[in-house]
Amino acid sequence: MQYWAIQTLNSLALGGLLFLLAAGFSLIFGLMRIANLTHGALFMLGAYIGVSVMRQWPNLWFAALAAGAAVAIFGGLLERFILRQIGGNVLGQVLVTLGVSFIIADACLLTWGGDPIPIPTPPLLQMPVRIGSFIFPAYRLAVVGIAVVVAIALYLLMERTRLGAMIRAGVDDPQMASAVGIPVSRLFSTVFCLGAALAGAGGVIGGPILSAYPGLDADMLPLALIVVILGGAGSLLGAFVGAFITGFVYTFGVALLPDLAYVILFLPMILVIAFRPRGLFGKFAA
Amino acid sequence: MKTPLAVIVLAALLPLLAGEYYINLASQIVIFAVFAASINLLLGYGGLATLGHAAYLGVAAYLSAFLYLKLQLAHWAIAPLALIGTTLMAGVFGLVALRATGLGFLMLTLALSQVLWGTAYRWVSVTDGDNGLRGLARPMPFGINMNEAMPFYYFVLVIGVFAIWMMARFVSSPFGATLRGTRDQPRRMSALGYDVWLIRWITFIYAGFWGAVSGLLFVYYHKYIHPVSLSLANSAEGLLAVIAGGSGTLAGPIVGAAIVLLLKNWASAYIERWNMLLGFVFVFIVVLMPEGVVPGVKRLWQRRSASRG
Repeated sequence: MQYWAIQTLNSLALGGLLFLLAAGFSLIFGLMRIANLTHGALFMLGAYIGVSVMRQWPNLWFAALAAGAAVAIFGGLLERFILRQIGGNVLGQVLVTLGVSFIIADACLLTWGGDPIPIPTPPLLQMPVRIGSFIFPAYRLAVVGIAVVVAIALYLLMERTRLGAMIRAGVDDPQMASAVGIPVSRLFSTVFCLGAALAGAGGVIGGPILSAYPGLDADMLPLALIVVILGGAGSLLGAFVGAFITGFVYTFGVALLPDLAYVILFLPMILVIAFRPRGLFGKFAA
Repeated sequence: MKTPLAVIVLAALLPLLAGEYYINLASQIVIFAVFAASINLLLGYGGLATLGHAAYLGVAAYLSAFLYLKLQLAHWAIAPLALIGTTLMAGVFGLVALRATGLGFLMLTLALSQVLWGTAYRWVSVTDGDNGLRGLARPMPFGINMNEAMPFYYFVLVIGVFAIWMMARFVSSPFGATLRGTRDQPRRMSALGYDVWLIRWITFIYAGFWGAVSGLLFVYYHKYIHPVSLSLANSAEGLLAVIAGGSGTLAGPIVGAAIVLLLKNWASAYIERWNMLLGFVFVFIVVLMPEGVVPGVKRLWQRRSASRG
């Protein structure tokens, strides 16, 4: 029983990380119709920046904020100076993000080397937590908590603020939104920075579980894609539900059939695609 | 009709002029050109951007290597099995990926191929994981020893020319015309009574088949297969070759394959950072030369002859 309880918690923790990654991806996709393939690389870049920050100031939360800010700036520059240049060329934009993800991955390899770098768990959360007869690693509970807090914050941002109303308008009908005077162009930059910041901070927060290693980007990108395909592009709720489904399927897949865990990832995706091509909560066909 | 013949004659004469190193490089270019041309069927003629085509190259190569090593079948039996298996997989993947078009199609093909990539790393009992499968041998058609560079080059060239000719036939056939119709005007095509989905699915399978052929040639050439052949970077290189050369043209993928491989080869002599260079080339080509080299040069050529005449 203890084993399965731990696996459940691991699933939730992975789901939480995937939410941090996929929420930004989904918002960017929903608003800008860009499949931002740098997203996995931004997650990895965040993790590595977190490593460097923590060498100076060994505080995970500070490192997560710093990495989120740094990656947000990077994302903003990418959006302003490259993606904006080829606006309207959707395939071109995807390919540019892919090219940039190769550059980031190689630059990380060059800067931080090829060996995995562990990111230490904050001392306060190293103690296991006892709930009933089960013992849980505290940090994973904290990750789930962070994901839920971020999800609520994003929900409030989207539903209760002016900015969120403008983003929703942009997702539903970008042309109409700009016709009624919503600064869609500035929204694009804002959402891109926000998505990048979530990915970058997510990389650091995932650090104590995943550590920072070359190939982290390629491991995370397909999971993020599957989350968005499952949940539906442009939907926060979709990203949330999709992230936890993917977290469970992947974690239990690894536990039960380690060789074929990746193949098991096919199953929910194929089911959803077969019956609901736009994803569980998607507003439009991708 | 003259230019293709001239290119084939030149390619056939190459071993008389070049050393072993360049013959091997030419073999790689031909193999990569078949791979890129199969991507071009989808991207250039079908308007379907795939980021998962390495799946067919990789799976055909893995099937061939697995059947050779673990079941110790002969090459003449392995090749059709690997091609059939991979083509069937393309049929199934097509059913999934073609539930969407545009970016959804791109993400689905990417996700499907990444899942295979991850599986190749982890399913150690079948794929030997990160070590890759080694200890393979090239086939010996008609008893010809193909371990030398030259006979293998001619083997690859014959199959490569046949493959590209078959793909050219495909796109210039009436079916190819309907395929271009679904690319440009899917709604009108379906109003005219064409089954757009079926046309795309058939093309997807056909492209998967020729991707598998390139995978067999690939594994014969290297006598080794590693999960990296299934990676996103490999799919992206193929896509880059198509876009760099010019998608939707017959010569584009061939020129693009030559450009990408020559660049990779030349760069690897000076720097270790091929992936970074690949990324920069990607950004450069998409931003500055979105139409590709072949249409770009053609346009410049026409402008020159127009200004002369």
